[in-house]
Amino acid sequence: MATGTIVINEIRCKGCTLCTTVCPQDIIHMDTGRVNEKGYTPAILVDPDQRCTGCAICAVICPDVCITVYRDIPASKLHRNVA
Amino acid sequence: MVTLQDELVRTVVYEHPKALTEVPTHYCPGCTHGIAHRLVAEVIDELDIREHTVVVVPVGCAVFAYDYFNLDGVEAPHGRAPAMATGIKRSLRDRIVFTYQGDGDLAAIGTAEIIHAAARGENITTVFINNAIYGMTGGQMAPTTLPGQQTTSSPRGRDIRLAGNPLRITELLAQIDGTCYAVRRSLHSVREIRRAKKALMTAFRTQVNGLGFSIVELLSSCPTNWGITPPDSLKWIEDNMVPFYPLNDFKVSDSVLTMESGA
Ligand SMILES: Cc1ncc(C[n+]2csc(CCOP(=O)(O)OP(=O)(O)O)c2C)c(N)n1
Ligand code: SF4
Ligand code: SF4
Ligand code: SF4
Repeated sequence: MATGTIVINEIRCKGCTLCTTVCPQDIIHMDTGRVNEKGYTPAILVDPDQRCTGCAICAVICPDVCITVYRDIPASKLHRNVA
Repeated sequence: MVTLQDELVRTVVYEHPKALTEVPTHYCPGCTHGIAHRLVAEVIDELDIREHTVVVVPVGCAVFAYDYFNLDGVEAPHGRAPAMATGIKRSLRDRIVFTYQGDGDLAAIGTAEIIHAAARGENITTVFINNAIYGMTGGQMAPTTLPGQQTTSSPRGRDIRLAGNPLRITELLAQIDGTCYAVRRSLHSVREIRRAKKALMTAFRTQVNGLGFSIVELLSSCPTNWGITPPDSLKWIEDNMVPFYPLNDFKVSDSVLTMESGA
């Protein structure tokens, strides 16, 4: 299985929870008990076992374009269109 | 064994589209207007048409969309976006011109403009956001409000004996000869969002190829005025809107089929 990671731009996050409902690895959680500068509870990646596959499903549903997705790609395949 | 050549390289596979500015939107949490914006921006990036695309924005929650799209943009009077888009496209023929309109804007006050833009076969594209409600003004009944749906102006549910039946706009526009492409998609799941993007891609390509009027209707959420959470709103679209507003291709003209087949 591919590996990867995401970076959530917390300032943009409105805490809608949609990304947490679609991640197949269930590694995005709401950081309850804390709010961002807009006053929303932000989503965070909790992935100690590095289960993120870089599938980008979270980014497809995020209405606020908060999520940048990275995937680990073999150097020999890098020239291909990956997204 | 991992050779040097097959070393894994951490690569960006999804990032903020160039056709969107960095300005955070004013949309409510979980509102799928944001998804619709992103899909349109991705299509514009992939077609590499950002430098000559013009967005005509509506009155409604998307009233500030000219700040969010990293494009030339104009603000139309309520419902008049197709008329403004017509003027822009006819005077600046090399531009790709699209309207982005809600169901109050397009299906109520702007009904005449959209029908006649299609009838004239204007070579413009319309992104039609159907959330079954007037979002911006506080959740009143729209022409697209479902039978029995509670809104602030139909608190006991839309009574079709009093308020008439909802308009299926895309089916209606598909009847018009000047329309080359008229389809409905939805933003309620990852799968449907991906299908929506494909349809937007086709619609913009019809314009690039000069084939006539194109419209993509997107079933969209309004968690705030529906009074439910963002995930429940997506479920509400699937359970209530999709049965009434089927996700079909209502018109794909022969010219579009030829384009799609790569001929
Ligand atoms: C001439 C005129 N009439 C009425 C209004 C009030 N008004 C503002 S937005 C709107 C409808 C918005 O609903 P919709 O187009 O569905 O967009 P949404 O906000 O749901 O995205 C109305 C009736 C107005 N601004 N101008
Ligand atoms: S990229 Fe895929 S696996 Fe990784 S957090 Fe997003 S949805 Fe989950
Ligand atoms: S989908 Fe986007 S805005 Fe919503 S909680 Fe996740 S990161 Fe935040
Ligand atoms: S009122 Fe409804 S349509 Fe408008 S931004 Fe909020 S959720 Fe979206």
